[in-house]
Amino acid sequence: MKAYERLMLARGKDRASASDYFSRLFDGFIEMHGDRRFGDDKAVIAGLATFHGKPVTLIGIEKGKNIKERVAKNFGCAHPEGYRKALLQMKQAEKFDRPVICFVDTAGAYCGIGAEERGQGQAVAECLYEMSVLKVPCVTVITGEGGSGGALALSVADEIWMLENAVFSVISPEGCASILWKDAKKAQKAAECLKITADDLLSLKIIDEIISEEGGLEEICKKLDEMLVLFLNKQRKKTVDTLIKERYEKYRNIGRFL
Amino acid sequence: MIRKGLFKWPKNKTEGTPKKANALHSGLPDDICCSCPTCKKTNFVSRVRENLLVCPYCGHHFKMGVRRRIDMISDDGTFNEMFAEIAGRDVLSFPEYQTKKETAQKASGEKEGVVCGVCSVLGAQTAVFAMESEFMMGSMGSAVGERITLLFEYATLNKLPVLGFCLSGGARMQEGMVSLMQMAKTAAAVKRHSDENNLYISVLCDPTSGGVTASFASLADIIIAEPNALICFAGPRVIEQTIRQKLPQGFQRAEFLLEKGFINLICKRAELKELLANILKLHERGGKL
Repeated sequence: MKAYERLMLARGKDRASASDYFSRLFDGFIEMHGDRRFGDDKAVIAGLATFHGKPVTLIGIEKGKNIKERVAKNFGCAHPEGYRKALLQMKQAEKFDRPVICFVDTAGAYCGIGAEERGQGQAVAECLYEMSVLKVPCVTVITGEGGSGGALALSVADEIWMLENAVFSVISPEGCASILWKDAKKAQKAAECLKITADDLLSLKIIDEIISEEGGLEEICKKLDEMLVLFLNKQRKKTVDTLIKERYEKYRNIGRFL
Repeated sequence: MIRKGLFKWPKNKTEGTPKKANALHSGLPDDICCSCPTCKKTNFVSRVRENLLVCPYCGHHFKMGVRRRIDMISDDGTFNEMFAEIAGRDVLSFPEYQTKKETAQKASGEKEGVVCGVCSVLGAQTAVFAMESEFMMGSMGSAVGERITLLFEYATLNKLPVLGFCLSGGARMQEGMVSLMQMAKTAAAVKRHSDENNLYISVLCDPTSGGVTASFASLADIIIAEPNALICFAGPRVIEQTIRQKLPQGFQRAEFLLEKGFINLICKRAELKELLANILKLHERGGKL
């Protein structure tokens, strides 16, 4: 399938997102609102749940199901307070030794006056900074669109997994086409060139697993469940130092050509 | 009768607006005049150059090449360049990337968008990096990310402070996700450097934006900005297109960020070296109360 077709699937209206996975894979999700600094960003949902009886911290960025939800969630584009909420929950996960599991579907961090005034860049930077040394296992699943820095902010994890038709890109293909070729209509070409599909990113060693979408949501959840059990068992056996060292090495080796 | 063609309406946005006016690039001879984009007054190029590329009338800061910048703050002959051999790769075989890179190399005289090394500032030893605007707008590709990461690792190992001149249009999209991941890589290296109680000072120059603002530029212990520098996550044009309204005057400029609390201070070029040396000396190991 062409990259652009996958992009359209990833942006699909009915695509399952964070809250669908929260309710199917985990038990008793309790949402934790607010960043205790400015407000509550509804694009980011965070909270506690149990996974096979053990506590975990869940964080998601999602776009919403219907128009009302979408407006409330700003179409999945988080503001700085959203990233600061996520960071607050991650730090608590570290304090109480819970793994962090993130589900990401966003076109990117929001570009607007408020977002800039409240330090969007600083909020994203801080997430990268703190996640790189988080003392608990963390994994990020890109469920739909992985839009640039806004998605990366929750993706400094031990492993990054992507659904088969999800995309992860440095810039939206439309944006890339309009900057490079002054024509947003060349987005198809840009989508190909940017190598945004799960297959491409696996071969570039940027992501670690691809989850097949065959059989729909139920099947995906079954696979995710198995993968998460294996992942958490594997990571829990490692010492904190190994965990952090391996995470550092994972990112350290991207773009190192010696 | 009005003669046809006396006043010509520009055919496109770029026609008639000398984009390079702000750059004052090294190719310009000393004995010609240039006008300041802020106060519109005319200066000899030589006079602006002598004045650290600052307009003598209004204090407008022109863009400055990396070498000049490092010369400006380092003691004579103390700068030792490092990691100059690190080059990126066209991992995605992106159309026109190679030619663009070659043009950038010619325009800037640098092999990549950042220069790293060690130097002393009025006697204080420090690791230093500076980003080059003439090199694809200082965009961060794998080589830029790698060099900066190596510098932070070197500084961590040798307990040196890092002084970074940030100037960038963001992640280099021609390298796709590899360049986005440089944000995570550099941020992690800054964290390791910081966790060993080492000092990191960033100086944000015009413009600092996108992936660089959202990684190492914003993670310094002390963040300094040049006067009127544009510092942002999303550029003003992108925001205007998104929200469909004009942005207020001075939005995302250094003074605006100072007011909002995201930078510590604004410093003119003429006073920068002394300020940096002062801060570096205050953080020297040993000799504390």
